[in-house]
Amino acid sequence: MSDLVAEVRELRMRYGTNEVLAGIDFAVRTGEVVALLGPNGAGKTTTIEILEGFRMRSAGAVTVLGEDPARAGEAWRARVGIVLQAWRDHAKWRVRELLDHLGGYYARYATAEIARPWGASELLDLVGLTAQAKTRIGNLSGGQRRRLDVAIGIVGRPELLFLDEPTAGFDPAARREFHELVHRLTDLEQATVLLTTHDLAEAEKLADRVLILAGGAIIADGSPDELALRLSARAEVRWTVDGQRYVHPTEQATKFTRELFAQYGEAVEDLEVRRPSLEDTYMALVQEYEQ
Amino acid sequence: MTVTPVRLGLARGGIELRQTLTYWPDLVQVMFIPAAGILTLFLMRGHHVPGTTFSLGSLTLPGFIGMSFAMGGMLGVTGLLAMDREDGTLLRAKATPGGMTAYMTGKIIYSAAPTVLGLVLTIILGLAAFPGVTVHWLTLIWVTAIGLLATVPLGIVLGSVLPNPRYIPLVLLPVGGLTAISGIFYPITHLAGWLQAIGQVFPVYWLGLGFRAALLPGSLSSVELNGSWRLPYVLLVLVLWSAAGLAAAPSVLRRMARRESGSRVAARRERAMLRAT
Repeated sequence: MSDLVAEVRELRMRYGTNEVLAGIDFAVRTGEVVALLGPNGAGKTTTIEILEGFRMRSAGAVTVLGEDPARAGEAWRARVGIVLQAWRDHAKWRVRELLDHLGGYYARYATAEIARPWGASELLDLVGLTAQAKTRIGNLSGGQRRRLDVAIGIVGRPELLFLDEPTAGFDPAARREFHELVHRLTDLEQATVLLTTHDLAEAEKLADRVLILAGGAIIADGSPDELALRLSARAEVRWTVDGQRYVHPTEQATKFTRELFAQYGEAVEDLEVRRPSLEDTYMALVQEYEQ
Repeated sequence: MTVTPVRLGLARGGIELRQTLTYWPDLVQVMFIPAAGILTLFLMRGHHVPGTTFSLGSLTLPGFIGMSFAMGGMLGVTGLLAMDREDGTLLRAKATPGGMTAYMTGKIIYSAAPTVLGLVLTIILGLAAFPGVTVHWLTLIWVTAIGLLATVPLGIVLGSVLPNPRYIPLVLLPVGGLTAISGIFYPITHLAGWLQAIGQVFPVYWLGLGFRAALLPGSLSSVELNGSWRLPYVLLVLVLWSAAGLAAAPSVLRRMARRESGSRVAARRERAMLRAT
């Protein structure tokens, strides 16, 4: 299918005897924002680095933009953008100078449909760094630096953008600012994005689809709403009868409560029906798989 | 309009060179060795080569240029590579189409240019202040060219092999030792035979000899081993080292770069932070 940007089948990764990925399958379609969500050590970074072509896999089939990233050449490289969490490079360069320079690498890969690269002025405006155009990169704040990294990640107008833990180490304000930037980007460009995060709220906020990775396997796959419904279907009913407290988990809270009243009538006191938050469920699920 | 990676690399080298030349802490770092050397030469001005009337400073000057090729041309690029790996510059090059070719081109320009600049400055100083310095242009040009080819690729190999910048002193020491037995500051003819033999395996000695041939009157060759400049050997040894460096550099660099990924750069950063605290 041509609308698949990335396709992963039976992907396995072993380091010695330690199996990090135990055969995962997923696909990313054009225009989708997909989040790989999971606790540290779940294999998110390993997965994204295999897709970026930075890591060899142990087994399985991976196709990104029609090619195997492990063997893809420079023309393929021009079609993907990468934003990592730990860039500190080019500290002596000035912001605009670096954007102009790096943009130059993509000019020869422009096509009739995609004009490459993205103009530096327009990009600086998009990421809100126009005032810093002449600043030495080493003097940028953490948040500004990350926004520059996004600008560099998209300077070649990538057909697929990788964001690896994009807000790790951010304070809440910088995190919100970053989320707004990603929204602006996806609204503007129809960009396809694959991001990793260990923050459920971030995945909910940014992604069209969330893949939960735990213990080297994908344990859930769906839109944030679907996941909320599926994972939190089970509600908890709490009540007291004659001073005795009861708790009962159920998937049919209404039916259960009716039966409860039918049985005890007004003796039922302190009735409470609550759905666990998506976060509670996510944590429970992850714990279960990590054992 | 297509701009090739090599052209982009030339642009990179130019930009980084300009950054260094216009930022005084970097400028001090780059110019420190040439300045120290020129000062040393200056202090030797009044002395003569024992048994002759030839200025000792003039005799040392070419050897000093040879050393600057080993230090600047080779170790310069070693350090740059180790640092660029640590801060993610190399990974950035890997993530950019044509980035590795441009990166290497840029680094070669960036490390060769100050070396050549130092060479030119030292020769100007030599002609102005040191009697007896005689420039044989043809020899100078080929020794410079083969000297760069023999040192920069070796520096790339060393920089790819070093795990991180804190290992740089480990290479600095042996190169310093080689310089000491390479007849640059102390005539190799006065050293024990086995030290002479070791010195003549490595390019530092031959660089010094080549530059002495290029910058001193022919009569002075009598103080060298065999009483000659041995230019065919200079060419042969430096070509062999160039060939070894050029053959090894791309694959060693590729192997090192292949291992680079975001998590490796992040892990190194964390270790560096731990050491810092």
